[in-house]
Order: sequence, then structure tokens, then C-alpha cells
Amino acid sequence: MKKGVAITGMGIISSIGNTVEENLYSLLNYNKRIAPLSSIESKHKGYIRVGEVSLSNKLLAEHLKLTSGKIYSRTALLGCVAAKQAVVQSNIDPMSSKYDTGLISATSVGGMDITETYFNITQNDDESIKWIGRHHAGDSTEKIAKLLGVSDYVSTISTACSSGANAIMLGARLINSGKLDRVIVGGTDSLTKFTINGFNTLMILSDKDCAPFDYNRKGLNLGEAAAFLVLESDKLIRLENKDALAYITGYGNSNDAFHQTASSADGEGAFLAMQKALTDSNLQSDNIDYINLHGTATPNNDLSEGKAIKRTFGDNIPDFSSTKAYTGHTLAAAGAIEAVYSVLALQNNVMFPNLNFKTPIPELQMIPITKVIKKQLKNVLSNSFGFGGNCSSIIFSKS
Amino acid sequence: MKSCYINSSASISAQKTFERTFFFKEIIAHKSVTVNAIHPNYKNLINPISSRRMSTGVKMGVSAAIMSLKEANIKIPDAIITGTGMGCIEDSEKFLNAIIDNDEQYLNPTLFINSTHNTVGAQIAIALNCKGYNITYVHGASSFPLALFDAQLILHEKEAKTALVGGVDELGKEFIKKVIRLEEMNSEGIIVPLGEGASFFLLSSEKQRNTYARLKNIDIFHKIELHNLQEKLEKFLENNQLLTSDIDAVVLGLNGDAYDSYYYLLQESIFKTIPQIQYKHLSGEFFTASAFGFWITSNLIKKQYIPDALLINSIKKSEFNNVLLYNQFKGHQHSFILLSTC
Repeated sequence: MKKGVAITGMGIISSIGNTVEENLYSLLNYNKRIAPLSSIESKHKGYIRVGEVSLSNKLLAEHLKLTSGKIYSRTALLGCVAAKQAVVQSNIDPMSSKYDTGLISATSVGGMDITETYFNITQNDDESIKWIGRHHAGDSTEKIAKLLGVSDYVSTISTACSSGANAIMLGARLINSGKLDRVIVGGTDSLTKFTINGFNTLMILSDKDCAPFDYNRKGLNLGEAAAFLVLESDKLIRLENKDALAYITGYGNSNDAFHQTASSADGEGAFLAMQKALTDSNLQSDNIDYINLHGTATPNNDLSEGKAIKRTFGDNIPDFSSTKAYTGHTLAAAGAIEAVYSVLALQNNVMFPNLNFKTPIPELQMIPITKVIKKQLKNVLSNSFGFGGNCSSIIFSKS
Repeated sequence: MKSCYINSSASISAQKTFERTFFFKEIIAHKSVTVNAIHPNYKNLINPISSRRMSTGVKMGVSAAIMSLKEANIKIPDAIITGTGMGCIEDSEKFLNAIIDNDEQYLNPTLFINSTHNTVGAQIAIALNCKGYNITYVHGASSFPLALFDAQLILHEKEAKTALVGGVDELGKEFIKKVIRLEEMNSEGIIVPLGEGASFFLLSSEKQRNTYARLKNIDIFHKIELHNLQEKLEKFLENNQLLTSDIDAVVLGLNGDAYDSYYYLLQESIFKTIPQIQYKHLSGEFFTASAFGFWITSNLIKKQYIPDALLINSIKKSEFNNVLLYNQFKGHQHSFILLSTC
């Protein structure tokens, strides 16, 4: 196994908690937080079930002590909260010139919440025009960079629902190549009318709480969240006499090259991503103790991911579960929040349940863990797959 | 990081860059506020059934990608790396307008499907059946330099021997009106037209007979204070064992706004005595315009010649060994890209 890249801090805000501790508590106590949409003015308010962060924009801004008058998209606010937590835990000063520090964020909606709230795109209004700079995806990242004081390498990735995983993978690559000494990586996406309507017209939203890997699954629940991790080179943490929470020991990115939104029947992209991650880590498939699934609960994803897992692990499938029934599918943040959950699993030697599962998918006959189970964990694999066939897998290992 | 080679280049822009021999002999002077790309015959490049559903940006991106692969004589690259500032804004605004106009009912899923930022990268992967590394960068004017940086990284890591890398942005129809208005309200706003385009390149760890240039290094800075610019740049060159006097020409992203002061500073100091090049008057300004600048720089090194339409000063030079491409947007998203002869 490779020594890997050290994780020295984590931050998260999701529907099941505003801190790492709150998220862990919810995971261990079966506290899912999927409820009818309440905070967005939409025809679907009160109907479509989603995972919303409990804090309003105003409260998030107050929490961050932002000066009034500045406009931050919700994506930026969530990202700032999570990234700040991660930096506090790792106790780094991103502004210090002693080390090269970067920031990589992932988002799929960017400032769409501002755009859809303040613009009637067909009208002209000089007052709202000054907010158009919030729209592009990089803006939320720059707000985080400003808050943390990162001034050099700042990057934004958007590969739909695998964006967060790709941000983490890129961060690890930049450290392994020596370009950066440390890097804050993660993802952030707020709920928007745009995405709710988009997924709704695709008819892949479930009207019930989502049931990943269940035969009767009806689709996904959307959620909003942000999570960030501080990555540092192993050399640096030894120099600074710091402890790692866990290590990133392998990663793989592949494309399904099949369809813009659907996954291939045999899960080729997912299979290749897992294979690459295993090869990269120098681990064998039987070294993986637990898989945090992508597991969105759409008919297509779960079947395809299940087949890819069977191809990768054969008859020796490790314990696995999807945490999407807790938080909803948080799109570009998903890979990042599930990275935090994977590290929590390693730190606490615990696997989190796949809620709402009853009946296995006949073609797969795969049964996820449905209870909180204590087990010694060494290596956890986390999957993230997205529209556009973008598939990424990351392996987290105990320090 | 190890340098790599630019083995092909293709561009669809507001000039006739899609014609293989084009290098600014005949240019189109643009005086309008926005400028659309001049499109090739897409039927020769993309399956007409697929292309019907593609927005302007996707069509331009997939076509430029295919053109660049053809030139490099490569069927499937090992990696596809895309940069886009605004993503698929055309379909995004159509879908957003439909949400508003139809009160969230009777929406067309295709518009949503094609609105995601990674649509171009995905469509290239599908067109080629390329299952390799695939990623999309979406960070304003850094989008293309970040993509290029990743291409160099993945070749260095040896996960890939060939990487297709490009930048693409489309004008769209509605959102751009707000950008125009914002620039008009600003007394020192952007002067060049707002534009669109797609440029793709095949980068390789191996040199070919038709290699354009060597990509020596790239660096990206979220923010540089004006008074630190020269120092940052000199340090970048020093890391590549070069002095400012080793640079034979500089390609600058001038767009006429107040932040051109960053370029002026270099034009009047360290790069005063070498040919200075601008290009956004010909391509228009957009987040991935620097990909067009990269296309120019690659071709300049291959042809060892600067067309008059690009030259800011009147300094001539006969040999171009090291050329620097520098871009920034509103004082942020700075990139230094260093190209040299092979």
C-alpha cells in the first residue's frame, strides 16, 4: 500500500448536521433529514422531498461574520462554512508563505440560486445586473479563497455528481507531484429551482424517501451540502509533527462513454474507476473493508453500480452502503461529504446503514448493511458517478 | 514538472481559424458589441443526428476536438480535459426561461441534460468511445489554463501518453445582455467585443514530426497585486531556468478595461524590447479566450512568424524560441503559460 496523502482537517454542513460531530451523531442514530421542500419559492414547495440545510442564508452569513451588502450565493455560503471548519481543525494558515497552499472546490450549480432569484432573464434591470458576476461556477470558490486567504492555485471542477470526488483526487495528485504542499479540497452545491426542476423533468426524483439498492427504489432525493478536507503531504505533517485523520491511498477517474445521463448496463466507467483506484493504491480488492456507494437510488445507477462492483470484487464483495437516504443526493458535494463519512468510518471503526432498504435487486442479489455496524476498518472505497459518464473512486486508509 | 509537446491545434473562433492554412493573412475586423464564431460545416465533423441536439458550444467543442485529433492522427486520446467559463449557458438560459415562463411545468429534459458544465467533455468521450481520464474545469478565465495544467500533470504522471485539452465558451443570448450592460455601466469596462469559440490541442509526452511547440510550464494565480506582478513572473521564469531576456515574444490578453494596467506594466518594463501580441480584438473576450491565445502561440512558434494583425508594437524578430502567454480577468485569474521550440 502507498503511504498516500494525509487528511488533517474536515468540515461539513448538510441536512443532517452543521458540523462533523453533528453529522456523525445523525449517521449513528439513524437521523435522516429528508423532508418536503420548504426554503425555495417553487411550485414544488411542500411536495418534493429534499435534504435541506437547516440554516438560512442570513444565518449562514451571520455565522461567517460577513459584512452586510455583499452578495454570496448559497453555494458560496455553504462552501465557506465547511472549508473554514476544515482549516480550523487542521490548524493551518493558508496565508503563510512558508508552504504552497491551494484550494480546489467542486460545484454543479454555482450561483444559479442568485440567478434564478434575481433575474427574470427576459427583463432588464440595472439593479440586479451587478449580481451577474455571482453566476459562474468559479465565483463560489473565490469567495472561499478570500475567506481562507488562498491566493495562488485556486480551481473549480464541474463533472456533475462526481465533481467532489474529482476535486479530492486532483488535490491528492497535486501533492503527490510536488506542485502543492497542502490543499483544501471539497465541493458545495445548494438546492436550486433549476436542479429540482431538471431532475424532476428527467423523472428520476422519488416521491418517497429514497431507497438505495432496493428493488422498489423509485429515484433519488436531492439535497444540499458542502464538505471540505485539508490534504497535506506526509513529509509536511512529519515535519510539523501533526497527526493525520486518515490517508488518501488511491484514486481513479474514468468515463463511461455511453450516454449523457444514463450509465451503461455493465457499469464500465464505474468498474474502470474502481480498478484504477485499486491499482493506484497497490491494494487487492479483498483489502477493501467497506464501500460507501454512489447509490443514488435511481433504477439505472444502482443496477449499473452493482454490476460494476460484482465485476470488481467477484464473490468477495465487501460490506457496502449508501448514505444518500440520510442527506439526499448533494450533487457536486456528494463525493466530498461521503469522503468525510468514509474518514469517520475509519476513525470510529463503524459502517453506516443504508436506510430504507428492504428487498434486493433481483439481478444483483446484493444486500447492503442496514444497521450501524462496528468493525475494524483499514481501507474504505468511496464511489461517485455523474452525468456525462464521469466516474471516480477514491480509497481512504487508516493512518 | 516535465514539459510536453503540442502535437496538434484546432480552433473555431470569430476568425476563419477552422481553415487549416489560416494565420491572419485576411482578418475580419469586429466592431460590434458581441461577435459570434464563424462555423465550419459541422456535417463533416459530427454525426448530424447527434449534432441536432447540440448547442453552439457543444458543437464547437466536439468539432475542434475532432479536428485536433485528426491532425495529430490519433483516434482515442488517453485523457480528455476541458475548460469552460460559463459552461452550456445557451441551454441553461433556455431551461431557466422555460421554468419561469411555464411556471415550472412542461419542461424539456434535453435542455437540462445539456446544461451541465461537463457536456462538452462528455460528448467528446461518447463520440470517441474514450473511457480514459475525463474532467472539466470551470473557473472563469483560469478554466483553460487549469485544464492545460492538468494535461501536463497527467502526462508527467505517466497515466496518459496523449491528452486532448481545450477551452470552449458560447455566447448564448440572454445572459450576455446583462454582461454587456454591466460593462457599459462601467466607465472603464471591456472595449473589445464579447465573443465565443473553442480551441483544442493534442498534448503528448512524445514529440511527433508535426509537433508545434513544447509546453514548458504553466502557473495559475487566483490573485496578484499589480506591484507583485513582475516579481511573480520573474520567479516563474526562474523556475524554468529562464530570464526575462530569454523571452522572444509575449502574448497578452488585453481587452481594453481598467485591468489592462497589468499588461501595460509588463509592456513598459521587462517586455519593452520584444514583440508584443494581442488577440482579443480578433476573437472577442470570453472566459476561455486564452485558449485562442494558446492556439496563436503554438502556431507562431511552429511558423516562426508574427502576423501584423496581432502585433502591438513594431518590434520585429526573426527567431522565437521562448514565448510567454499571460492572461488575467479583472485583476484575478492570472495565468502564465510558457511555450518554446522543441
